[in-house]
Amino acid sequence: MELASLFAYLISFLTFAGIYAVLAMGLNTQWGFTGQFNIGIAGFFAVGAYTSAILTTPESPAYLGGLGMPFLVGLAGATLASALIGLVIGRITAKLRTDYLAIATIGIAEMIRLFIKNEDWLTNGVRGIAGIERPFAGTPLDSPFGYLLVVVAFVVLVYFLLERAYASPWGRVLRAIRENEPATAAAGKSIARFRLQAFVLGAAIMGLGGGLYAHFFGFLSPEAFMPLYGTFLVWVMLIAGGSGNNRGAILGAVVVWGVWTLTELATDLLPTEYATQAAALRVLLIGVLLQVILVTRPQGILPEKPPKLIARKK
Amino acid sequence: MNDILQILIYGMVLGSVLSMGAIGVSMIFGILRFAHFAHGDFMTLGAYIGLTFIAVMGLSPWFALPAAMIGMAVVAVVIDQLLYRRIRRTQPVILLISSFGMALILRSLIQLIWGSENQTYASGIQFPWRLDVLGGLRIKPDHVWIVLISLGLVAGVHLFLTRTRMGKAMRAMSDNMDLALVSGIPAERVIIVTWIIGGALAAAAGVFLGIDTRLHPVMGWTTLLPVFAAAILGGIGRPYGAIVGGMVIGISMEMSTLFISAAYKPAVAFAIMVVMLIFRPQGIFKGTL
Repeated sequence: MELASLFAYLISFLTFAGIYAVLAMGLNTQWGFTGQFNIGIAGFFAVGAYTSAILTTPESPAYLGGLGMPFLVGLAGATLASALIGLVIGRITAKLRTDYLAIATIGIAEMIRLFIKNEDWLTNGVRGIAGIERPFAGTPLDSPFGYLLVVVAFVVLVYFLLERAYASPWGRVLRAIRENEPATAAAGKSIARFRLQAFVLGAAIMGLGGGLYAHFFGFLSPEAFMPLYGTFLVWVMLIAGGSGNNRGAILGAVVVWGVWTLTELATDLLPTEYATQAAALRVLLIGVLLQVILVTRPQGILPEKPPKLIARKK
Repeated sequence: MNDILQILIYGMVLGSVLSMGAIGVSMIFGILRFAHFAHGDFMTLGAYIGLTFIAVMGLSPWFALPAAMIGMAVVAVVIDQLLYRRIRRTQPVILLISSFGMALILRSLIQLIWGSENQTYASGIQFPWRLDVLGGLRIKPDHVWIVLISLGLVAGVHLFLTRTRMGKAMRAMSDNMDLALVSGIPAERVIIVTWIIGGALAAAAGVFLGIDTRLHPVMGWTTLLPVFAAAILGGIGRPYGAIVGGMVIGISMEMSTLFISAAYKPAVAFAIMVVMLIFRPQGIFKGTL
C-alpha cells in the first residue's frame, strides 16, 4: 500500500474509533458510573444519526427532509431526540432492577429499527438516506482530515464534561448507587431520579455519536444499526478499556476497533466464496475476546480510579 | 368469525413456542438471578441440532425433537460449566453481559457450521385438515402437534417441580435463596438441572419454530423479545406464569395483524411488556422481582 492511501486509511480508522469513543463514553455514563445496563445502544445511535440526517439534508421526495439546517443544529437535534427517547425508557424502568432496563432497551432498539425500516415517509425505509454532506463546506475543515479534527474535538469535549461530572458530587452519588443502593437511599438520595439523569445523559451522548456517524459515512440504512455493530462492539470496547474510566472507554474504542479492523484484513485474504463465514468468524472472535476479558480481567485495561476525597481540615 | 378462530390457532402455536422459551428464561432468572440473553440463540441452536438429526439420520422432525432437546441440554450445561460458573461469584449483571456475548458466539458458530441461508425441515406443502363444522376452519396437523406436545412438556415440568425432591429444591432456591442455601440444598446441582431444563425447552421452542416456519441463524434472536415479554408478563421467576404470558403474547401478536401491519408484530409484544412494567412490574403471578 502506498503512503497516501495508508494515510487515508488511518484517517478513516481514527474517525470511526472517535465516533465509537463517543458511544463508549455514553455507555460509560450509564453502565460505568451508575451500573445501568443498556443493550439498546444501536437504537439511540440510529435515532441520532437519522435525526441529524433529516435535519441537514436537502429536500427529497422520498422522505421527510429538506430542512437543510447547518451541521451543528443537526447534531443538537440528534442529541436532543436521543435524550427524549432515553427519558421515556428511563422513566419506565428507573425504579426496577437493571435486568428490566436491559430487556426494555433491547426492545426499544428493535422498535426503532422496525420503525426506520417500515416508515418510508420519514426515513426512506430500507433504501436509506444518501448524500448526507460533510459539514463546513468551503472551509479548510471540509476534508476527511478536517472531519477527523471535528470528531476529535467532540471526543475531547465529551471527555472533559464527563470527567467533570464524574468528580462532582453528582458523579459521587451515581457511584454510590452503583456500589450500594440501599445505603444511598438511606442517605436521602432519590435513586430513581439520579439514575434517570445518568441514563438520559448517556443516551444524549449516544445520539451525538449517531449524528457524527451520519455526517462521516454519508449514507444511512436500517442495516447499519443491527445490534452487532451498534451495541455489541461498544460493550466490548467499554469492558476491555475499563468501565467507569473515561480514558479507558476511549482507549477501548481505539483498541477494539483496531482488533475488529485487523480481523477484517485477515478475513479479506480468504477467498470471496467464504465471505459470510468470514464475517461470522470475526464476530466469534470478538465474542470470545469479551468472555476472556470478563473471566481474566473484568476491570479492563485501565481500571477505574475514583478521585481522591479531599481531606477535611481538622 | 372464522378468521378470528383461524388467527387464534396461529396465536396458540406462537404462544406454545414462546412459552417453551419463557419457562427457561423464568427459571434461570429465578435461580441464577440474571436475564439470560443467549436464550434466543439456544432456541436457534436447538433447531439446527434437530436439523442435523433429520439430515444425517433421516428422522422425522417429531423424532428429532427429543434428540435436539437432549443435545441442547448438554450444550447448555457445558456453557455453564465452562463460562458462566467462573463468573457466577461476581455480580449477576456480569453474567448478563457474558450471556449477551454468548448469544453472538452461538449465532456466528451456527452461521459457520450451517450457513446463513433459510432452511426447512421438510419441503413440500402440508395439507391442512378442513373442519366443516366450524365453517371450513383449516388446521394443520403440525400445529396441533406443536400445541399438544408443548402442553405435555409443561405438564412434565409441573410434575417435576411439584413432585420431586430436586423440583422442590429448585422452587425453594427461587423463592428464597439464602434460606434454601442454609438448609443445605445442593446449589450446584440445582443450577445444572436448571440449565438442563432451560436448554431442553429452548430446543423444543426452536424445533417448533422450525417446523412452523423455517430455520435461520437469527430466528431465535428475533424471538427473544417476545419471550422476555412473556416471562415478564407471567411474573419473572414463575414457570407457570410464563405459560400464561406466552399464550397471551402469542395470541395478541397474531391478533394484531387484523389491525396493523404484520411488520409490527414484535412491537405488540413490546407494548404489552411496557404497559406491564409500568403498572404491574411483578407480573400477573407476582414474580420474584
